[in-house]
Amino acid sequence: MVEDASRYSRRRLLSMIGATAGASVMYQAASSLGFAAESPYRGPVKLEGSPKGASVLILGAGVAGLAAALELTKAGYKVQVLEYREKPGGRSWTLRGGDRYAELGGATQEVGFDQGQYLNPGPWRIPYHHHAVLDYCHRLGVALEPFTQVNYNALVHARDAFGGKPQRYRTVAADFQGQVAELLAKVTNKGALDGAVTKEDQEILLEALREWGALEKDLSFRPGEACSQRRGYVKDPGGGLSGVPEHSKPVALGDLLKSGLWRSIGIGAGYEFQTTLFQPVGGMDQIPRAMAKALGEGVITYNAKVTAIRQTGGGVTVTWADGAKPGTTRTASADWCLCTIPLSVLSQIDKDVSPAMDAAINAVPYHASVKVGLQFKRRFWEQDEGIYGGISYTDLPITLISYPAFGYGSPGKGVLLGAYSWGPYAYEFTALPPEERVRRAVEFGAEIHPQYKAEFETGVAVGWHRVPWTLGCFGAWTEESRAEHYKNLCAIDGRLLLAGEHASYLPAWQEGAILSALDAVTRLHQRVVSL
Amino acid sequence: MRLSITLALAGALLAVGTAGANDTKSGGSFASPNRFVQDDGEALYKSICQGCHMPDGKGAQGAGAYPALATNPNLEAGAYPVTLVVNGNRAMPGFGGVLDDAQVAAVVNYVRTHFGNSYEDPVQPAEVHDARPAKH
Repeated sequence: MVEDASRYSRRRLLSMIGATAGASVMYQAASSLGFAAESPYRGPVKLEGSPKGASVLILGAGVAGLAAALELTKAGYKVQVLEYREKPGGRSWTLRGGDRYAELGGATQEVGFDQGQYLNPGPWRIPYHHHAVLDYCHRLGVALEPFTQVNYNALVHARDAFGGKPQRYRTVAADFQGQVAELLAKVTNKGALDGAVTKEDQEILLEALREWGALEKDLSFRPGEACSQRRGYVKDPGGGLSGVPEHSKPVALGDLLKSGLWRSIGIGAGYEFQTTLFQPVGGMDQIPRAMAKALGEGVITYNAKVTAIRQTGGGVTVTWADGAKPGTTRTASADWCLCTIPLSVLSQIDKDVSPAMDAAINAVPYHASVKVGLQFKRRFWEQDEGIYGGISYTDLPITLISYPAFGYGSPGKGVLLGAYSWGPYAYEFTALPPEERVRRAVEFGAEIHPQYKAEFETGVAVGWHRVPWTLGCFGAWTEESRAEHYKNLCAIDGRLLLAGEHASYLPAWQEGAILSALDAVTRLHQRVVSL
Repeated sequence: MRLSITLALAGALLAVGTAGANDTKSGGSFASPNRFVQDDGEALYKSICQGCHMPDGKGAQGAGAYPALATNPNLEAGAYPVTLVVNGNRAMPGFGGVLDDAQVAAVVNYVRTHFGNSYEDPVQPAEVHDARPAKH
């Protein structure tokens, strides 16, 4: 079979598998052959068979712990959840006006946003193929609205390009694509592709390049109707005697290449950022709130700081400090424990685990990341610049400015994501006091939108290494560390198993956290029913 | 330009931090997205380390903790903090890819002579070089 397979085309092989072995086998085969690379989520997990009265203690009420609690409860387990914070969600978190956020080190920010305004410091967008997250939203009635990733009228900016003047995404994308198409058409006509493409296909290629690049009939990219229909006009078509349009002129290819702005026009083509993306109406924490509500009263204990995890043959006993009554230590026991505590924290907790799992827990550093939310007195990006949602990219330390994807045209205030940075910039932002992070974000952003200076009102800044319940943004696996430790991290270790984004191939995404939880409870249930 | 922005904003903020953009000993230089460029130990501490270990070096306590560097006897042997800064430890990321040997030595020597530590045998850049993982 292995030898024979090479004689078949992939498509033909798939049709054979599909005819003989059913759709699920075909799906697996398709994945291994590189087609159909979608989320493995195939609808709600079905945990069939009785858990025979078994109990599970879940550590952490982020989306992983909450999803596991919902499914295990449904399957008949006795479930209790311990959560460090005073509310559900973990990193799935929304900051609103009136919230107080005290970061590690004690600096406390009073969020001054107006009602209806918010910042999602953690996850903020949901790709259409994150089927598990979306399914929970649909089942729990969490309203979604489109999140705009690509906005052709948003800006791309580099300090050293075009005198520091931001350019429109639309013109950079059109000019880059148009001139690359023109170049490729030229070399095709000079015969440079004769060895690689048949004469017949070259004709088709030229036609494709003309359409793809918005070229004229002579295969040039130059001012005219085709070009303006991509990059826009100097004067848009209008009505009556004053409506004559004025065509715009492309930026020279050399200037475009040297500007580096082409780096910013491909992001939305990535699988995780392709249309359609969603956000929950009113903030990301609508998801954990709905999950916790569905779980019902009395299942989650808040303000519970886990200090030790002991395995005793037939069960697990967890010691926790009760934040509601400082100085009080309590214990909770169950037959099994599903731990979703971030590895940054779990690595410090006294626990009974195998040396292999311990090594895995200790093998994952946590990334730095920072987000800054800025409230402005008016939505100048809409009113002055016609930017409705989407993201402007810059090489400034703020990395990007994202415009709110709701409330379009409202005469009131608006909150921008004024910085979202990684790497050295994120460390430097985190090391500054919160008010200084905000001040810098405003100062940098004013280089792109001069209106910042007059319109800024209040801001909040979250550096993820300072977040008390995670001590970092997400687990930084490498190919090497994953190869050595990932299986050991996910294996059932006595009576304990782990879940969370760190136990997934979708680091930092809620989808990864939920899929890891569903995978864990499925394996746990198989173990329980087979005992 | 920069001054006018600062003045315009100062009234709207709770407080303006101590870090000035032109102060080479402070953090927030934001010189490069890919690595740190400061060569001064204090500037490096204020740009990186104090994000977790705090401006006073005393660490912090949440669901987990950041250990104090202040009066920390583990700093006696310079090789130990050098290894941690270069390679990381548990959740702490390694900084070997964004700091050169002299920068690692500078920031380690700063921590070993401040915050109640007074180890007067500075580590040398060559020792940092030796702490880096062997190239394959």
